[in-house]
Amino acid sequence: MSSKGIADKVAIVGMGCTRFGERWDASTDDLLIEAVGEALSSAGLARDDVDAWWLGTLASGQSGLTLSRPLGLDYKPVTRVENYCATGSESFRSACYAVASGAYDRVMAVGVEKLKDSGFSGLLRTDPPADGTASELSLTAPAAFSMLDPAYCAKHGVDPGEMRSAMTHVAWKNHVNGARNPKAQFRKEVARETIEGAPRVAGRLGIFDCSGVSDGAAAALVVRADEAYDYTDRPVFVKALALAAGPMRGGLDPGYDFTSFPEVQRSAADAYAQAGITDPRSQLSLAEVHDCFTPTEIVLMEDLGFADVGQGWKDVLAGDFDAGGRLPVNVDGGLKSFGHPVGASGLRMLYEAWLQLRGEAGERQLADARTALTHNLGGRPGGCVSFVSVVGNRGA
Amino acid sequence: MNGLLAYAAYVPRGRLDADAGGASGRVVASFDEDSTTMAVAAAAGIGDLSSVDAVLFASTSPAYLDKTNATAIAAALHLPAATFAADLAGSARSTFAAIRSARQSGGLVLAADVRVGKPGSHDERGGGDAGAALLFGSGQPIAEVLGQWSVSEELLDRWRLPTSLTGESWEERFGFERYAELVRGMGDTVAAASGVRDVDHVVITSANAGVTKRPEVLVKGQVSTTTSPIGMAGAVDPAIALAAVLDRAGPDETVLVLSAVDGCDALLLRTTDLLVERRQSASVADQLRGGRPVPYVTYLSWRGLVDRELPRRPEPDRPAGPPSARGAAWKFGFVGARCRACGFVHLPPLRVCRACSTADEMDAVDVSGLSGHVATYTVDRLAYSPSPPVIDVVVDFEGGGRCALELADADPADVEVGTAVQLSFRRLFTAGGVHNYFWKATVS
Repeated sequence: MSSKGIADKVAIVGMGCTRFGERWDASTDDLLIEAVGEALSSAGLARDDVDAWWLGTLASGQSGLTLSRPLGLDYKPVTRVENYCATGSESFRSACYAVASGAYDRVMAVGVEKLKDSGFSGLLRTDPPADGTASELSLTAPAAFSMLDPAYCAKHGVDPGEMRSAMTHVAWKNHVNGARNPKAQFRKEVARETIEGAPRVAGRLGIFDCSGVSDGAAAALVVRADEAYDYTDRPVFVKALALAAGPMRGGLDPGYDFTSFPEVQRSAADAYAQAGITDPRSQLSLAEVHDCFTPTEIVLMEDLGFADVGQGWKDVLAGDFDAGGRLPVNVDGGLKSFGHPVGASGLRMLYEAWLQLRGEAGERQLADARTALTHNLGGRPGGCVSFVSVVGNRGA
Repeated sequence: MNGLLAYAAYVPRGRLDADAGGASGRVVASFDEDSTTMAVAAAAGIGDLSSVDAVLFASTSPAYLDKTNATAIAAALHLPAATFAADLAGSARSTFAAIRSARQSGGLVLAADVRVGKPGSHDERGGGDAGAALLFGSGQPIAEVLGQWSVSEELLDRWRLPTSLTGESWEERFGFERYAELVRGMGDTVAAASGVRDVDHVVITSANAGVTKRPEVLVKGQVSTTTSPIGMAGAVDPAIALAAVLDRAGPDETVLVLSAVDGCDALLLRTTDLLVERRQSASVADQLRGGRPVPYVTYLSWRGLVDRELPRRPEPDRPAGPPSARGAAWKFGFVGARCRACGFVHLPPLRVCRACSTADEMDAVDVSGLSGHVATYTVDRLAYSPSPPVIDVVVDFEGGGRCALELADADPADVEVGTAVQLSFRRLFTAGGVHNYFWKATVS
């Protein structure tokens, strides 16, 4: 791997996250003010103590002004970034590098999305003028990810009924977890029969196989690791930040079989090297992964090295990734139940890591959580960007 | 003068379902077909188009006005820029205008129409949608042209304002009386001028239903007297009726095509020995036997006569002119790029090879005529479509190349992994007044 990483050079000392959901009550501005305010107060800082800002949003605003205007920022540098559904992670990654470079001492990464004002279902595309031939124009995200299911069954000889059960387990588990999260969009456990009987959206994916369409914002304050304890007695140290953008070969290449994300495999390998992780199954206390659709989480278990190839569905069914399993995954409910306000999601994953590593996760607190992974994906099978971070509550 | 070298007809697969009452079984173009796409489909049945230097497109339902539709057809058929591509739009007479030109200078006559009638009307019941192609040139013909004759008459029998979807007609008996006289008179004129009496096959088409109800009472053929096999099909009428006769006529037989539209046009042909070996591969009768039922309400929504609830998704953006022009070979011709270094096929064309990273070493590769198989697929119930749900297939083509495409003319039950497919030029949607033409897969 060519990335050197910035392990233990920066730390998170404050975080905030709004309640996700259909926030008819709140504007994009309101969500930003809420998340930033919580992050600042958790670090004991005021707005003007922050030297620079990064804002991630897919489509809820353009430019740094989307943040500087509602906060009334005093001529500070603000950069808006976008990287599909990994936008929130991109904001965080940029903030970390800004601190690690020495350019700034205190940087805030913010992510926001206001999806529910459009009146449409799912994500809207904001494509540049084009010739009208791109398959993404007609193929929605659930349709694209639904292709994982039959392909996985065919390649690994999995009975479609058992695969259905594994997909159902992912949705069931993430709803069980979300029910214990006061900030989650969906705070109810859902019976397996309800999940499987829901109206179809695409392929075999029903409503409950899809992540929530949500409004929300999240924020993280990043400082130099050697100053972290000046702000809090329980900082969270950044061990690895990895990003891989695929060449979009899968959509063109008959060799691609829709059962894995090469981008995830690459970004995970990079992150593990940066963090010195050789056995993620034993070295990680928890993982927050991009469960945009239920089959995605199953495939991610393999691509992230949490399960053997072709065995992910079995481990899911065995409860390995339940809150009480060998490696809890999406203990906050994930995209499925916490919700998926695109620009905020990557930071929301880090927010759960922050709570768990500090022992602040309430009734879903895991015992002795030390190291967490977040995985955030943007795009679709065959071509995506994949972000992986590793964070821990012990510094160098 | 040029002879008829080849012919082909395209009958879309849709058939109105039984609940359409008297219109049950009517041939209907799918929501993603229009006169342009059906002209392409008909021309594809001709086969070798290398001699074509003119495309003359006749239609009463052109997809665009002010903009030539034949240029999109020529692009989809990979015809060179030196091709003269022009529209002759308005009435069924346009087809005879195209034939007249092609007889003199050679060329590919294409006629295609989507005929819409008011719900419950005779036009809905008695009409049909189709395309047909007639290739004229100086090579060895399948039929020689013995002559072409016309009389014109100003007559308010059938008309439609350019802004109206459906047309109107005067009392049928009024037009019939005039056309009966014109057609009979034309029969006499042809016999006298050509010296051919007792024509073997007579085809009589007209927008006046009285004429086509019992054509044999006007001019009778020795072997057959027929009309449009799919009902009143506008500009396609004379061409598809001729195609249906050529499907079964023997060598050295005479065929008289009479089109009674604002006068009467006549074309007299004598088939040659070559006809038998150069018949279109799927006869009109064969194509009529196929088909898939279309529920009446679905059909009405396709034609904009019923406003149906669609998935809660935004309408797509209109295709932009400059990128469509830059990518015309891809968009209209399904021409990809093959890497010279490693052979990897890119659909759409790209400059840097996805397999070996070689840059700008690509050859154009026409994939539009190739078949492929379904690598994986899904049914998308959320996607915007004029006719949901969308079936999307990932197609791996013989000879290399993969592309995700919509599947046309199919139900979810028709597709599985491995299903053989081919390509069909379609209108994906219309947005902002722009038709989005591209290719879809169809089950082979």
